[in-house]
Amino acid sequence: MADPATFSDLAMPFMGPLYSAALRMTRNPVDAEDLVQETYLRAYRGFSSFQEGTNLKAWLYRILTNTFINQYRAAKRRPEQSDIEDVEDLYLYRRLGGLEAATAGRSPETEVLEGIPDDEVKEALESLPEQFRMAVLLADVEGFAYKEIADILEIPIGTVMSRLHRGRKQLQKRLWDYAVERGIATGTGPGR
Amino acid sequence: MDCSEAIHEIYHYLDGELTEEKRAIIARHLDLCPPCAHGFDFETELRSLIARKCRDDVPPDLRRRIADAIGHEPPG
Repeated sequence: MADPATFSDLAMPFMGPLYSAALRMTRNPVDAEDLVQETYLRAYRGFSSFQEGTNLKAWLYRILTNTFINQYRAAKRRPEQSDIEDVEDLYLYRRLGGLEAATAGRSPETEVLEGIPDDEVKEALESLPEQFRMAVLLADVEGFAYKEIADILEIPIGTVMSRLHRGRKQLQKRLWDYAVERGIATGTGPGR
Repeated sequence: MDCSEAIHEIYHYLDGELTEEKRAIIARHLDLCPPCAHGFDFETELRSLIARKCRDDVPPDLRRRIADAIGHEPPG
């Protein structure tokens, strides 16, 4: 039996991250709000099945992901099968590397990227095909381990690694494109 | 271990998903190879930048709506 106060104390602090994840998944604020609300309701109703001491955050994300798949992807029987091109390792670093100007603490390369507005970084992540987007968001925005991601997405660990590997590099390519578009970086880098 | 081998494992390394042994081998390479060390550092900074920039404020009425919805759920 779920006690509302206990559930709220434990689960409400995750609303910010869950909402962000919902936005990245649905790419629509109205749907994101509905998705988060539905997730909390399902979590509350199923709270007795949650084992105290285990990973509540992963449990909540699993519900969020399943709700997203069932409700927002209901029209499609299968997830997008879109594939992405292979991008070289250290894609961004090779293009930004070797810059001279540095500001306190951070590398010059990171300084360049700081110049990209938050909305564009979000858009870059949202532009990834869904299966890559979910893996990257769970790993890099939320800090889940491969095993946790595998459990949340119900896919093998090998698939997690592959989607992360390719998704991250594709994200770097998108960020580079934005940076060049806005003149934050020049198209001709020193290369490496 | 050469640079391309180290770079190939970069994500497993940064994700903390390597064996102690493998990790030590790469760490040694990074100690000896400044360009790779910079590349690894950059990837770490990039990840933290992405996480920071992908945050959103929760609409206040969403919190309220969810709190209300849970409050109205039948007990048990």
